[in-house]
Order: sequence, then C-alpha cells, then structure tokens
Amino acid sequence: MISTIDPRIMTFETASLSPNDYKSQVHPIWCPGCGDFGVLSAFYKAVSELHIPTERLVVASGIGCSGRFPAFVNAYGFHGTHGRVLPLATGIKMANPELVVVAAGGDGDAFSIGMGHVPHAIRRNVDITYIVMDNEIYGLTKGQASPTSPVGMERKASPYGTVETPLNPLLIALASGASWVGRGFSSKPKELVELIKQAIQHKGFSFLQVYSPCVTFYDTYDHFKEVTKPLPADHNSRDRLSAMKYAMDEQTLYLGHYYVEDRPTYDEGYAAKREMAHKENYGVPQILSRFTR
Amino acid sequence: MPGSDLTVRVGGDSAAGGIVTTGEVFARIAAYAGLEVYTTRTVPAEIKGGHVMFQARIAPEAVWSQGDDLDMLIAFDQESIDRYSALIRHDGILIFNSNDSKPPAPNGIKQYPLPLNDLAKSINFQRGRNIITIGAMVKLFDLPYETASAVVEKQLGRKKEMLEQNLLALKTGYEYIEQNVTKAAPYHLSPRAGAEQEARLVLSGNQALSIGAIAAGCRFYAGYPITPASDIMEFLAGEFPKIGGTMIQAEDEIAAIAMALGASFTGLRAMTATSGPGLSLMTELMGHATMAEIPVVIVDVQRAGPSTGMPTKVSQGDLRISVFGAHDDAPRIVIAPVSVEDNFYQIINAFNLAEKYQTPVIFLSDQDMSVRVQTIPSLDLSRVKLVPRELWNPNGNGHGKFERFKDTPSGVSPMSLPGMKGGQYVAEGLEHLPSGEPDYTPEMHSANMFKRGRKIRSAAEVAEEWGMLERFGDLDAPVAICGWGSTIGPVREAVDRAAAEGMPVAVLYTKMIYPLPRAEIAEFIANRKAIIVPEMNYTGQFARMIQAEFWREVISVRKYGGTPFATHEIYAEIKKAYEKVKPARRATTSQRAVKSAKQKTARRK
Repeated sequence: MISTIDPRIMTFETASLSPNDYKSQVHPIWCPGCGDFGVLSAFYKAVSELHIPTERLVVASGIGCSGRFPAFVNAYGFHGTHGRVLPLATGIKMANPELVVVAAGGDGDAFSIGMGHVPHAIRRNVDITYIVMDNEIYGLTKGQASPTSPVGMERKASPYGTVETPLNPLLIALASGASWVGRGFSSKPKELVELIKQAIQHKGFSFLQVYSPCVTFYDTYDHFKEVTKPLPADHNSRDRLSAMKYAMDEQTLYLGHYYVEDRPTYDEGYAAKREMAHKENYGVPQILSRFTR
Repeated sequence: MPGSDLTVRVGGDSAAGGIVTTGEVFARIAAYAGLEVYTTRTVPAEIKGGHVMFQARIAPEAVWSQGDDLDMLIAFDQESIDRYSALIRHDGILIFNSNDSKPPAPNGIKQYPLPLNDLAKSINFQRGRNIITIGAMVKLFDLPYETASAVVEKQLGRKKEMLEQNLLALKTGYEYIEQNVTKAAPYHLSPRAGAEQEARLVLSGNQALSIGAIAAGCRFYAGYPITPASDIMEFLAGEFPKIGGTMIQAEDEIAAIAMALGASFTGLRAMTATSGPGLSLMTELMGHATMAEIPVVIVDVQRAGPSTGMPTKVSQGDLRISVFGAHDDAPRIVIAPVSVEDNFYQIINAFNLAEKYQTPVIFLSDQDMSVRVQTIPSLDLSRVKLVPRELWNPNGNGHGKFERFKDTPSGVSPMSLPGMKGGQYVAEGLEHLPSGEPDYTPEMHSANMFKRGRKIRSAAEVAEEWGMLERFGDLDAPVAICGWGSTIGPVREAVDRAAAEGMPVAVLYTKMIYPLPRAEIAEFIANRKAIIVPEMNYTGQFARMIQAEFWREVISVRKYGGTPFATHEIYAEIKKAYEKVKPARRATTSQRAVKSAKQKTARRK
C-alpha cells in the first residue's frame, strides 16, 4: 500500500571513453591561461582512465571561477550556492552511494564562506573527492585577497596590504582527519592526473589541493614553478605526522600524495546502522500502533 | 459542578523535574481511559530552572482548544499558586504541595494540601513526586487505577527497579487522596459509551508530521537541532534506519537544506525541519531550489521571534519570510496545517506538491501544535496517495538532446536523475537555457521567470481536491472568519458558542497559503458584512495578504505575546463584529444557527 518511491536506476557498466568524451558542449569561460584549464584537462583524463560512465559521475560546485567546472563536464552536475558544495555533495552521495561524486571548489569557496562545512565532511568521511583549485585570490569578483593570500597582499579591498595570516589548507585537512590528502599543481598535468585518479579511487573523503594560478589578478606561475617540489621519496603516506611536517613547510611547497588511511566511509557506517535497526514488515501501521490507545 | 469538560494545570519549577512528564503521563492515562485529551505546555528555554506549566483539557467529546479557566490547579511550588490561582473557576480546586508552599488566602475555592516531600520521603523516593501527583490526580478524576498503572508501566517501565518504585509512588498518591479527601473524585468524567473500543491515537504534531513524512515516501532527512523542531529529527533518526532511509544531523541549517537538495537531485523525497532562525539561514538555498527546480520540503515550526526571540513560545510570524523570503522573485509553495491530526495529512500534500511542481514547499507548523500531545481519531491511511515526480523517459521517442528545463504547457519539465544515460545536465543556480547551460539574455530570463511563476500559481488548482480548504459554521452568515494554522481550535469553539447565541459565523481555513486558492477564497469572502482574520503575529501578515490579493477590508485580529488565542478572545471579536453589522438577514440565519447549535448540544449529551 505504501511503498518507497525509488526510481533510481543503478546498473552501471564501466565506460571506455576518451577524455574528449567527458567534455560538454559548453565552452569554458575562464581567462586564457587560467590554471583551471589544466585541472579540467587532468580531470577528463583521470575519469577516462578510471572508466567512469558519464551518467554515474556527478560534479558539484559552489560559486567562483571554480564553480563553473560542472558545466564543462559531460556528466550530471550541481552548480550550487557559494560555499555549500560539500553538504550538497554529501546529500548526493548519501542518497545514492553508487554515484561517483566529485566536488570542485576554490580557496574562497572552501576556506572562507564554506569553511564551516570542510571539517564536517572530513569527519564524516563521506566518500567524495574534493578538488580545491587554490589561486590565492578571489578571481570572479575581480581580485580581492582570499584566506590563502599571503600577508601584505595589496588589492582594491586591501589598499594598504592585508594583515591576516593565510590558512594552510593541507594542515586543516590533516588536522580534521581527512582519510586522503594530496596536493597538485595545474602546470604538472601528469602528476595531477595520477593524484585525481588516486583521490577518486580512495574510499572515503579525499582532499586534493591544486595550485591553479589566476593569470588575470594574481599570476603565480613562476612563483609556484620555483617553490614546488615533489614530496621526498622517504615520506610514508600512512604517517600523519610526517605528512603534517611536510605540509608545514612554507619555503618549499611539496606536491604529491601526503596521507591515506582506511576508515569506514559515511555511507558504509550508516548502512551498518540500518542493518542493526532493520525490521521486517515494518511501516506506518506498525509505527502508529505504538501511539494507539 | 464543573462542565462537560475539565481543564487541569500543573505548574512548578523545571529544576525540580517532572512537571511535563506528570502532565503527559496523566494525559495518556485519561486517553487510555477513553477520554479525549488536549494538552498545552509552556516551558522555559533553559534546561534546568525556570517555571514550567503543563495543561490538559479532558472531555468525553473532542475538544479544540486548551481551555480558558482551570477546574484544577496542581501547584508544585509557591510561584504556581501566585501565578495561576486567579484562573481557577469558582467551583474549582487547588492542590498544592504543602511542604513547599502556603495556600492563598481563602477565596472560596477548595484547597487540598498534598505533602509531596513527606510522601516521597515515606517511600524513600525523592524523585517520585511527579508520579505521586499522578496517583493523586487519578483518584481525583476517578480514573481506573489499572489503566493508570498500565500506562506508567508502558511509559516509564524501561528499568525494572525503577518501575517498581514508580508504581509504589502512584499507589501512594492515589491512597493519600482516598484517605484524606472527603468526597473523593469530585471530577469524574465518564467516557462516551463505547469510547474505549474506538481506536484513538495519542500524538503530538511533530510526531504526526514525522509519521506523515514516512507515509509520504520521504526517505532522506537532514536537520540541525533547534527548538521546537528537534523532535522531528529525533523521531526520524529512530525510524529511518529501520526502513532504509537516511537521517543526517548536519553542521548547520544551511548544510541541512543543501544535503536535502542533493538527495532530492538523485530522486529521493527529502525534507529538512527547523524553526525561524534556521529558516533565515536556509533562504539562499530555497532560492536555488526554485531556480534549479528541485523538490524539497522545508518544515518551519514557528516560534516567537525575531532573532532568538522566545524559543518555546508560539507565533505565526514566519508567513512573510516563507512566501517572500528570497532575493528577487523566487516563487515556491507555502502550506500550513491546522492541527495535530492535520500535520499528518498536510505533510503528505507538501511532498506531493514538491514532487509534482518540482519546487521547494515550506510547511508552516507552529510551536503550539507541534509539541502539544492530543488524542486524535485513527489516521486514514487510505487517504495517502503519492503523486510522483515527472521523470524524463530515456526510452521515450523524443529525439535530440535532453533538455532539463524545457518549457511545457504546465511549466513542469520532466526531470532526469543521475544514473540515467543521456539525461546528464547541471542543476544550475545561474539563469539558464532549457538545456541548463548558463544564459543571461533578457529573453531567456523573462521566459524562465514566467515559467517558474506560472508553474507555482497553477498549484492552487489542486487545493480543493487535495483537502486543503476547510469550511465550517453557517456558510451563509454575514460574519466570516478566514484564517490559517492552529488558531482553528479556539475559532471552532468560539463559533459554536456564538452560533448558540444567535450569531452565526462562516469559517474558511486555507492550508495552502501560497499560492492562495484565489477562486475559492474570493467566493467565500464575497458578500460578507465582516471578515475576521485572527492570527498570532504583530502586523497581521495573513490579513494583509488577503487585503492585497482581494482588495477587501478585513478585521485583522492579532495576538503576539507567545500564547495561543483563548476561545473567549475570538468570541469577543465575533460579538464586536456583530455589533457593527446591521444584519438584514439576521433573523433567518440566526434561527438556523440556533437550530444547529441545539443539535450539536444534543449530540454532546
């Protein structure tokens, strides 16, 4: 009589599609030379190599230049409101764990307006991949300092230079207990493809910071080329303290896979509770009987 | 002698504990004994400390409001005596804790001391004062002792040793009255013949709503704790895992609605519930849901504001934010139940409307009906009909690329769900083309504004068919009441009383607040001499909406102190309206009214 409405179709085959097949018909509106192009290309390649069917892939985003990401991908997309990509992606993944859910954001979306959601998505260990394209500036609003901008940045909204210390995204992720942490650079496409693949394959919350320079308002290509370096070979990605140590280095910005741990995902954990609570032949009439005189 | 129904109030300090439990358990005993019960409570927003009041109105027939005067006051402390003894009817009684308070100066009402602390000490159970009180009340109301002990066992019997103590406390209170109060049981109420056999539910509005949501197929809930909506989250946290649903306690209300939208995007029926402050936080994503045409149900259990306001007091002040709270025009559906029972039926309508029109639906409950425990008739599950979301058919004979936001005659565009091959699109918060691709042209924005507005306006068409208009009273009367929400209870009683005195009133309650069912309301208000619009807010939000929509003067009756209307307050407004109206047709209508009132009284006897 009363049945759950669940029209979701959940049979997926693996796909053999080229990176080009993941391109949508929408042409990116980013400035020529924007680092986000590098991230997008690496993303096409990564999902192609992982054989993810386009109908099974969901790309969610908030607001900012990064927010346009879903429009350029041939997949399901959710272009939400500023800072809210993580709870949106959490809802999508928890409602249908069969989907591959990727959240795309920028440094303002993640660490300013959306900061309240970051540690919670991490502690839930929702099985999603969060790619933060970090350009250390607000680009879409034409150049204001962001939470990752260096101290003293002079812009229209900070004509005498900023006073605030920048946040360290990797330390936030590691301290909050992210089960997979990595850092890439849009100008290192080969390494970036590998990182995105690993992040998507990881069961649990994957936090991937990608330096993605803004050519128009804060061109940091040369700076990052100079100060970035692969993580030393002796770094053990199961060692959280070692990951934190390398993440704290502000002179050399290490790129690569920082940390991984195995922990039940949010949907697995919740499924276990469902199993614990499950009742046969249980529904509204049975619930009502508890309240019946 | 008291009338056909009895109102009893229990007051005390919440630090002592158990006031609300006392009331709730007693209400349940009365209900199990075959009586109808309607409860009210005011609690402080603090967890420990502060005055608490619990009131139960008990009658053989259904009652619709909390009751104006007290037949019995049970005062745990001096403050309760000071606050409420003036409300006791001249033939009512006061039972006071003689260990903690002094009786008021004699004023004619009967006073019975109940040495609660001593009685508790005598059975070595300091925390048993509330159950002792229940025992005393059971005897005073002459309710069957076996029913009382069965309820105590059911409600408080989780731990065996505790149960024994509780049952002993019940007996102690019962026997104290038996031995010390002459003419015991001065307040006997007999259930209607056969009432014990009739199925009755004892439910709060939040419970009725939660069960209704489950019946409506809701399987995803995300919420953030807030008084007085948290019960919904807690209820579903217990039930959803049993039936394959998901309940997430989010980090804030913004995350809660975001999660619900994400879940709905995948095809689940999703809900969040909050109160005023949380609704304020949700407004941005409510606009997104309108823009991206995503079904979602947002429950707002209204409490007094603005700001933190009075978290445990009732208000109907969120009508405007529900209808208009958005940047630019973001049409959505707003509905409001009128009672505990109606919470069940209207939440099902809320889900069906959300799915049918692919829109956020705001469900305006209020503190009073959400926490109130009441007896209601069995719920009619045959009335539960699920209206599905219109989905895109991947195997249909449509050619070309799927267009998620393609305009249609109804304005509703078939939706694809993640997993459907060929249905890929972006749920877009930017203005967009039918495909979902961002587009900022004046033509597209105008066309979409029209599409989204037209779609919502057309929802009023289902209001009558889906039982969202409730009419009663004398529908030909010159004086009418047009209202919304939980004010219906005191209105019902005031209208009965006025009719019996030759002042018939026509009543319409609309449960669809936006869009307003225009045709039905226009027809109802036409040719009335006076239209009273009672509501619990300062500016008369609904009255002004009616005035703006229909260009019609109304009598806006507002109460905004944080307590529900009393029957006599509504009655006084009817009387005032009749003094102004020079009725041409008065004789005939009032004759009819007197006749119908007599019939009603006869039925009651």
